[in-house]
Amino acid sequence: MPAVENTVLICAGGACISAGEKSVKGVFEETLRKYSLENVVRVVETGCMGACDLGPILVIYPEGVFYQKITPENASRIVEEHILKGRVVEDLLYVGDMGDLRERPQEELPFFTEQVRIATRNLGVIDPLSIDEYIARDGYFALHKVLFEIGTDDVIEILKKSELKGRGGAGFPTWMKWDFTKKAEGETKYVICNADEGDPGAFMDRAVLEGDPHSIVEAMTIAARVIGAQKGFVYVRAEYPLAIERLTHAMKMAREYGFLGENILGTDFSFDLEIRIGAGAFVCGEETALINSIEGKRGIPRVKPPFPANRGLWQKPTLLSNVETYANIPPIITNGGEWFSKFGVEGSRGTKVFALAGNVKNTGLVEVPMGITLRKLIFEIGGGVPGGKKLKAIQTGGPSGGCIPLELIDTPITYDNMKKLGTIIGSGGMIVMDEDSCMVDVAKYFLEFTVEESCGQCTPCRDGTRRMLEILERITSGEGTMEDLHLLKDLGENIMATSLCGLGQTAPQPVISTMRYFWDEYEAHVKEGRCFAKKCKSLTRVVISKEKCVGCTACSRVCPVEAISGSVRTPHEIDPEICTRCGSCLAVCRFGAISKVSP
Amino acid sequence: MSLVNCPDCQRLYKELDEYIDSVKGNTGVLINVLHKAQEIFGYLSEELQQHVSEKLDIPLSQVYGVVTFYNFFSMKPKGKNQIKVCLGTACYVKGADKILERLRDELNVEMNEPTSDGLFSIHAVRCLGACSMAPVVLIGEDDYYGRVSPDEVSKILDKYRRAE
Amino acid sequence: MAKIKSLEELMKIKENAMKGLKMRDSGKRGKVIVAMGTCGIAAGAKDTLRAIVDLLEEKGIDDVSVVQSGCFGLCDVEPTIEVHLEGSDPIIYGHVTPAQAKRVVEQHIVGGKVVGDLIVKRGEL
Repeated sequence: MPAVENTVLICAGGACISAGEKSVKGVFEETLRKYSLENVVRVVETGCMGACDLGPILVIYPEGVFYQKITPENASRIVEEHILKGRVVEDLLYVGDMGDLRERPQEELPFFTEQVRIATRNLGVIDPLSIDEYIARDGYFALHKVLFEIGTDDVIEILKKSELKGRGGAGFPTWMKWDFTKKAEGETKYVICNADEGDPGAFMDRAVLEGDPHSIVEAMTIAARVIGAQKGFVYVRAEYPLAIERLTHAMKMAREYGFLGENILGTDFSFDLEIRIGAGAFVCGEETALINSIEGKRGIPRVKPPFPANRGLWQKPTLLSNVETYANIPPIITNGGEWFSKFGVEGSRGTKVFALAGNVKNTGLVEVPMGITLRKLIFEIGGGVPGGKKLKAIQTGGPSGGCIPLELIDTPITYDNMKKLGTIIGSGGMIVMDEDSCMVDVAKYFLEFTVEESCGQCTPCRDGTRRMLEILERITSGEGTMEDLHLLKDLGENIMATSLCGLGQTAPQPVISTMRYFWDEYEAHVKEGRCFAKKCKSLTRVVISKEKCVGCTACSRVCPVEAISGSVRTPHEIDPEICTRCGSCLAVCRFGAISKVSP
Repeated sequence: MSLVNCPDCQRLYKELDEYIDSVKGNTGVLINVLHKAQEIFGYLSEELQQHVSEKLDIPLSQVYGVVTFYNFFSMKPKGKNQIKVCLGTACYVKGADKILERLRDELNVEMNEPTSDGLFSIHAVRCLGACSMAPVVLIGEDDYYGRVSPDEVSKILDKYRRAE
Repeated sequence: MAKIKSLEELMKIKENAMKGLKMRDSGKRGKVIVAMGTCGIAAGAKDTLRAIVDLLEEKGIDDVSVVQSGCFGLCDVEPTIEVHLEGSDPIIYGHVTPAQAKRVVEQHIVGGKVVGDLIVKRGEL
């Protein structure tokens, strides 16, 4: 963790903002940077502190010193006096009963008011190690209902009415999957939970397993009852040790209470679960590859059909869904299908959990009704882009998805709309990118990912993605041609049409979608050798302004490769041949003399 | 870690064999067994794979095929403290590449190779799922570091150097 | 624990556990819930948890229990804790470093006054 010495809370309630909080914060942060204090002082905007008539207000911790009526001018004084020298700025101090001040009611954040928590209903509410607390929140009542009150066909009917679709990426109607597996012939059947959450940027499945493991145990037991399975597997990524620990404990407790194992709830229905730990292969998120992995083999996808519903694990009928899909099952059964389909819009019913990450203020998990616009999700619930930067794109769907540009931010999030925009909802990861992200570089990042994660079974994916990456490497190093751009597009479309599994069929998507919306960036890389975001190292130089540099030597001392030369009190210079564009010097210059340029 | 010059080997193999015997009846346990073997020995040497192959009665070629397929399995020894730098998208957008670069400079070592003192090795890992804390570095199994800046790298490393 | 076989038994567990969750007739004055998901831990929740346990012990407070939960979603303000005292609304605090945890224990749990500037949310999730 950064060694944060002070935390500064700046009130961002409505009154303080109108009284000038934004400019106070700007000056405050600027002054911190001037003294290189931005890493030791953490500036946090809080909700209304209630002392609206004293605003803008600011509190410094750990001391708990409370300053009132801050202007941009005296904001820098607080940094220089209080933070730097440890002297309290007496004339700005608030001297009253602070306890009273702080007890006034808070404004509710959109982060909370806009959410509808179904799959995440218990996260942060219950102790994940306590089965009793899960029961207190109606846990295992759905299982009871399925065993004693309704028939297995009724369950399918409820799921059909709920219009729940798979939340792992493909978006296949859940009731159909259950129905196919139920009707498949065979004595032995399996249920599998796909907890191999591989899309970088998605972490809802981890959060559910860590915070509410019983919901998965209950849902899988219900599924087993409906389709007629005796055994289930949860395939969890090795990267999620805490999730494995909590789920293991939940399974143990469920057995003790009689929700798993022989004669569940005293009936003749028996079912048990086993955890299988992944070993770090993205392709295992593909259902047939995952099945191979559970069988102890290399995780390479199988040719479909036959589908797992007919011939899955050990060639037996197998139901396979992801964590979030299962987490929705118990409340749907308890409350009915109509209750769930009330949320959302035509074709995309219910709620979806999104993981907000990247350049967004409120990073975290939110569960909202489908059909919400991207704008609402990113700006209202997510709090927008921090640091006064401009939003450039939103990456959805991980390596199988694409980037949505700022212009299309008013699109409601539905399965169909995302498809039209050339991306997918996928598992719900949303990476917000600001103007400092280069879209060609982002495309390259994803291609590097797929090249490394391609299982190697089919040629288009194995060799095709590698060729695409080589072209992207040429473009980002300034050696690309216009012909390369067309070749890249052609190749991408071919790979999508001819690959064996979902990984290959979607691997070019990040490239195709960025080419669609950010063609000018690709062109600038090729024609002018210019990277808009100044991210591509070969196309960017770091330079020192002779006019602004005072020769303080701060930059040359911090340069890890000794690329900066110059004597004290004379302007310094950077040798572009040695410079690695790491940006360390930019961060330490107090005079704004260093900048990145492209070309 | 060959059989001959490893004083602990007998005990370690015994531990592994006990585990294998406990799961042997189940089908498709190869990956579980390899996880256990790597946990006990640190990495999966050729001898170790041979041993697993014999115990489970699975062809060595299949064992090797599985070991090399999955990123998690390593055939080379790792450092005492494995530094795992998350290269998920959120971490990448937030500058994980700079963290990685700084680590390699500080430790003067290639990826996946132990440092000369054996204290560290650097590994790029797939999304750790702590995207909201990007960029994230995980050292060992439990020490998560969130919102890491390149300048903090040496401070973090010092913690482990001091522990020696 | 005997295996559950009827709806009545399930209801009974629910009612008992509800008391703990809602802080009614639970025999305790309150509880502190520390969010211990991977993201919370990456933000330092383990240190916060330890600090709270130590502080309560130091002050001889034994009628407030410390429990853990998963991530409630607003990872940006981790480490988060929820203080739930009997007879009042639960309060979720954010950015609770060990130093801030001291303030929460002293001002809220001992003094009965909420620490306004750390509040992320009042009331139930």
